[in-house]
Amino acid sequence: MSEGTLYDKVWEEHTVSELPTGQTQLFVGLHLIHEVTSPQAFGMLQERDLEVAYPELTHATVDHIVPTADQSRPYRDGAAEEMMAELEENVRDAGIEFSDPTTGDQGIVHVIGPEQGLTQPGKTIVCGDSHTSTHGAFGALAFGIGTSQIRDVLATQTVAMEKKDVRKIEVTGELGPGVEAKDIILEVIRRLGTEGGVGYVYEYAGEAIETLDMEGRMSICNMSIEGGARAGYVNPDETTYEWLKETDEFRERPERFEELKPYWESIRSDDDAEYDDVVTIDGSELEPVVTWGTTPGQGIGIDDPIPEPASLAADKQDTARRAQEHMRVTPGDTMEGYEVDVAFLGSCTNARLPDLRRAAAVVEGREVHDDVRAMVVPGSQRVKAAAEAEGLDEIFEEAGFEWRNAGCSMCLGMNEDQLEGDEACASSSNRNFVGRQGSKDGRTVLMNPRMVAAAAVEGEVTDVRDLKEVTVA
Amino acid sequence: MTDEIPEIGSVTGTGVPVRGNDIDTDQVIPARFMKVVTFDGLGEFAFFDLRFDEDDEQKDHPFNESAFQSASVLAVNANFGCGSSREHAPQALMRWGIDAIVGESFAEIFAGNCLALGIPTVTADHDAIADLQAWIDDNPDGEIHVDVETETVTYGGNTIEATVDDAQRRALTEGVWDTTALMKSNADAVADRATSLSYTDV
Repeated sequence: MSEGTLYDKVWEEHTVSELPTGQTQLFVGLHLIHEVTSPQAFGMLQERDLEVAYPELTHATVDHIVPTADQSRPYRDGAAEEMMAELEENVRDAGIEFSDPTTGDQGIVHVIGPEQGLTQPGKTIVCGDSHTSTHGAFGALAFGIGTSQIRDVLATQTVAMEKKDVRKIEVTGELGPGVEAKDIILEVIRRLGTEGGVGYVYEYAGEAIETLDMEGRMSICNMSIEGGARAGYVNPDETTYEWLKETDEFRERPERFEELKPYWESIRSDDDAEYDDVVTIDGSELEPVVTWGTTPGQGIGIDDPIPEPASLAADKQDTARRAQEHMRVTPGDTMEGYEVDVAFLGSCTNARLPDLRRAAAVVEGREVHDDVRAMVVPGSQRVKAAAEAEGLDEIFEEAGFEWRNAGCSMCLGMNEDQLEGDEACASSSNRNFVGRQGSKDGRTVLMNPRMVAAAAVEGEVTDVRDLKEVTVA
Repeated sequence: MTDEIPEIGSVTGTGVPVRGNDIDTDQVIPARFMKVVTFDGLGEFAFFDLRFDEDDEQKDHPFNESAFQSASVLAVNANFGCGSSREHAPQALMRWGIDAIVGESFAEIFAGNCLALGIPTVTADHDAIADLQAWIDDNPDGEIHVDVETETVTYGGNTIEATVDDAQRRALTEGVWDTTALMKSNADAVADRATSLSYTDV
């Protein structure tokens, strides 16, 4: 078992009791809720005549069903309106703070937690959403839970968990031009597999991780779950602290920052910490990664050939064959030149300000290809406002992108933003599952935001490094 | 309050095989069926896009076959339930009629969600699962006994060694898989923890 890691320390700090099952009852420092997975949990509380135990440690937003075009109430989609109304009633009754769209603070739950400073090192954070692992970028222990567990957390502010093993993933070296955090995590999942992380928490370390900004670290931790790991984290450092200083929590309260910093420092993994497994990846060898299949583990470098199913491990062959049939790709080809109908720049993985800036730099002075519909869905209202203050909206709109309001949007197709028929989509999101983007025949190619921008203007999967007059730092 | 949580030592029933690795929860229940505020009625949408085409005509899928309509033991392959944390997935399976799942491996959040509903997720190796799935095809009315306590699966005169995660086994067999009341009873210790943490202001 691991010893002296951030995970061990935060786990111990939050342990309330050992349950008769052998599980640990773990205190939850921050419970984030949204409209899709929480209403049934509030219903269960009511059935059992229980109240929300710690509303002050709970924070709500609306993201999955919120329309990104016309947001006037009632929403045109009656089911979406009902879910929103239910959430409004639940948070009002329980006294839970709600970043609703009228506040200017609304957005995807994994974007707003960090930007408001709710996400902090050494906190335990849960949400009924598998991408809660995102918050691990700050050195929090953050993981997704199901609705029955949301009920537990609402009622008790604790969750029953088994302790996991810790795998350190060390990404050494310096990333090449055009290579981003997204490419690192797609490579991690490709190498270790979509279930390689089951039973593990991932600690991301090494030069290529430490030199990333917080947004990049969030992109990586976000997709831990795609590799089977329920949680992933990066040890907090000066980059983390600089971000935190600018958040609502600490901007006006530098004394609070100083008060908490010793705790944040104390939970960093020790230099001589023991890990259950260590994996090393040479970051300097990475290329922009794109997926060819229907699981996030089916990725390749942009110059690499799509694998022959027979060349893969026995248990991956059948999935690969079905994926290639669905995607209509041929082994031996590269993904370069794969025609796309849609370009989606959004999601909790890649819709933060630096993501939009990098994509805008590719788009500037170019036009979206005639056969492509392209949209930018900022991760939060604050990201949107900040991008507009820099004029990014104009760059995107002049190129032919739609500039939308914040939400989960086409990442999972729960609002009007969906693929139609067998459309192919260059997407900065996290899942290329069949049907994920709203059409069961839809085809998703996952890639980093600049690659999405390049695909939007070229109408096909394109190596952004080959576009003229683009400086890819 | 739910005072009585059933002890689940075993599940017995007929089987239904759903083959394939990495079957994600978007496959189990597509997102458009989650635009609801209760779990009621989700059963009919289990595996919906794999069961029906654009015109709502039935496709080949075990959940459509009449022989499997009263099945309660689902036999699956590796990494079943990966992806989204949606409890709607096991809720849909449960409401369709599934009481236990036997597979090569399960995604973690999915297995946790099943446990919270009292549904065992029992694992066995690839060959054992393939044999079980083939047997179910030939014996749709054949009884399968999933024994959580002894970690075995018995069917047609065969008993295979299976694995049940320790905490899951204890939670199910001792009837403590619904953890709300249990954890609520530690409210004082929770309050102590809340005040002792450096970052809380409660």
